[in-house]
Amino acid sequence: MSRIRPAGAKATPRSIFLWTAVAAVGAVAWGVLALSRGEKISAIWLVAAALGSYAIAYRFYSRFIARRVLGVDDRRATPAERLDNGVDFQPTDRRVLFGHHFAAIAGAGPLVGPVLAAQMGYLPGTIWIIVGVILAGAVQDMVTLFFSMRRDGKSLGQMVREEMGPVGGAAALLAVFSIMIILLGVLALVVVNALASSPWGTFSIAMTIPIALFMGIYLRVLRPGRVMEASVIGVSLLLLAIAGGGWIEGSPLAGAFTLSPQTLVVCLVVYGFFASVLPVWLLLAPRDYLSTFMKVGTIGLLAVGVLVAAPHLRNEAVTSFAFNGDGPVFAGSLFPFVFITIACGALSGFHALIASGTTPKMIQKESQVRLIGYGAMLTESFVAIMALIAASALEPGLYYAMNAPAGLLGTTAESAAAAVGKLGFVITPDDLRAAAAAVEEQTVIGRSGGAPTLAVGISEILSGIFGGAGFKAFWYHFAIMFEALFILTTVDAGTRVGRFMLQDTLGNIWKPIGRVSWKPGLWGTSALVVLAWGYFLYSGVSDPLGGINQLFPLFGIANQLLAAIALTLCTTLLIKSGKLRWAWVTAVPLLWDVAVTLTASWQKVFHDDPKIGFFAQRARYADALAAGKVLPPAKNLDQMHTVVVNSTVDGVLAAMFALLVLLVIGNALVVCVRAVRAREPLPTAEAPYVESRIVAPSGLFSTAAERRAPAYAGAAEGPGAGAAGRGEEAQTP
Amino acid sequence: MTPRSLLSFVRWYVREITGEAEYDRYLERHRAHASTPPLSRREYERLRIDRRDADPGARCC
Repeated sequence: MSRIRPAGAKATPRSIFLWTAVAAVGAVAWGVLALSRGEKISAIWLVAAALGSYAIAYRFYSRFIARRVLGVDDRRATPAERLDNGVDFQPTDRRVLFGHHFAAIAGAGPLVGPVLAAQMGYLPGTIWIIVGVILAGAVQDMVTLFFSMRRDGKSLGQMVREEMGPVGGAAALLAVFSIMIILLGVLALVVVNALASSPWGTFSIAMTIPIALFMGIYLRVLRPGRVMEASVIGVSLLLLAIAGGGWIEGSPLAGAFTLSPQTLVVCLVVYGFFASVLPVWLLLAPRDYLSTFMKVGTIGLLAVGVLVAAPHLRNEAVTSFAFNGDGPVFAGSLFPFVFITIACGALSGFHALIASGTTPKMIQKESQVRLIGYGAMLTESFVAIMALIAASALEPGLYYAMNAPAGLLGTTAESAAAAVGKLGFVITPDDLRAAAAAVEEQTVIGRSGGAPTLAVGISEILSGIFGGAGFKAFWYHFAIMFEALFILTTVDAGTRVGRFMLQDTLGNIWKPIGRVSWKPGLWGTSALVVLAWGYFLYSGVSDPLGGINQLFPLFGIANQLLAAIALTLCTTLLIKSGKLRWAWVTAVPLLWDVAVTLTASWQKVFHDDPKIGFFAQRARYADALAAGKVLPPAKNLDQMHTVVVNSTVDGVLAAMFALLVLLVIGNALVVCVRAVRAREPLPTAEAPYVESRIVAPSGLFSTAAERRAPAYAGAAEGPGAGAAGRGEEAQTP
Repeated sequence: MTPRSLLSFVRWYVREITGEAEYDRYLERHRAHASTPPLSRREYERLRIDRRDADPGARCC
């Protein structure tokens, strides 16, 4: 079978003209971003710079990686084709798989990180989101996906163990588990900060539980498998619940839904436990459908909003916090902390867990790793750009009044306005009260975590297009609901995944725990996982220094170190398979990532500024405590104790993450040196070559040559082609 | 693309992405390989969703 060349492989005058135009648009937009200082620029320039750069990178760089570096081969059967069992191995249409993969990688991360990073100005965030995704994030996703696909969909941990050895494997496994716990704790903290003393938000989120239960029963008992019907019903009920929240807020029931952060922590931990031991069909699966629909819908809505409203950016291009490291939202200077904070959206290690596992088992053709791995990550990066726009369009005074630690701001509009004034920004107490009244919240002061800020930004943009100022409160709570909904889905699924890892590991010590069906083991391990992230959640809520301020850097470091593990694996595999000269493709982003992350870990552990270094902070508060003194923002000795304990734990964790990753990298170096010295390529765990019998398009759109091929399997290109699409695969023996 | 073909594409896409089309595919496969009567939709969906108990699928941040 002849190799099908993708569309655009030959340079026609038309394509040369088109790509020159795209490059020109991107270059002009970058020029505007670079040269405008002092005047307020339109968000459209950010969008144009992003889309122009993505298009060029996808067309040229991802194609170079696919063909030259990886050597994708569409004559070779993918695991989906070879092992097709109709269950987890199934050749799936590339556009459908793109949807699944995007839904799995996109979450609250790309929305929250850029909002926090906006304290450094919009420019550093924009540059890192765009350049980072092109050279690092999308490359990691695509290359990991490719290598996992060549190994029948093995997970990241398995690949590290098989290709590097047991030491690296064990370190990687421990790193993945602890990173997951931190991730869940921080994400849950974002939800708690968004719902605390907000009866509207709490009510609508609480309603998602009965709605999901109803959908679960609907799909199980009433109309099995009718996901579309159930989702339409579910989404309608959800919108009703958001509208109903406004009514609850003004009713006598408001008190019952006005919860303190501490109460919310208990609710979330209890919810997390039950959600992870209940059968999947009852709660997790229907919630997953709901959150996916809301996610895709809201991201689409936001894109329309940003393009139509084209807000002006009120944020500065680069703020002074980028250099002096005194930012109230998170401490530390631009390098390395802006790269740590915008974790997802530019480079996210967590994606390597998705790209190895489910997706590679469903891919039809090797060349599709480009669309699914690289393309989906570009899309996620664009979500991050929109979040950055929403946050940067806000009045800076309001931004800092929402995101500085509560200990700094105090509780009244007057104290917050004064604190913001001290930071160098202007906002009046009346403005703060008006901002809270516009979204019908009791207060907007100290609502850190990124979600409320993003929700205010989204409500500004969307109410300008749909519904006017009277709809601000609705859109605000719509945005809160959408973020909380998929964070809860992540918490739910993450707790289960963590539990499986724990069961697996403990099962080596005592067999019964490893049995998935043994209930006491299941409950015990679930409780352990829930309590572990619950601990970080609680410490975040009770920390007088501000939980997000303390924990978000730790979460960012953890995620970036996971990326370092994935990129190390990719580089090792490139070298092992005799492609030393192309190893820079993953080695350069790896070096950058390691430089950033180890600098950040080093500063978090050893920096003598107590605002940055965890142990310096510990020493400062411990000394004061020994002298019986109370240091602000702590208000009493108990809070002093809290600070000492939290900074110790956080410091130890930051050091542990860095050591684990160094262990993996050290292990990889040994393997790489051995591979370079060996006369022949070292053996790898790659599955043997089997000739493929199906033809499917590699790009988003099929080409005429692909459609002419006798074994063409691209479905639904035209009317009525729907169900016939999979016909060809059924012939494989 | 005509509005009609766009509509049919959207319908196909939503059915695929939600997994509603899986049962049809199962029937097709079953007809090709087995002689026993296929599972009913209710039984099939039950099996399909219960598989996720063992493999819930990670969701990213």
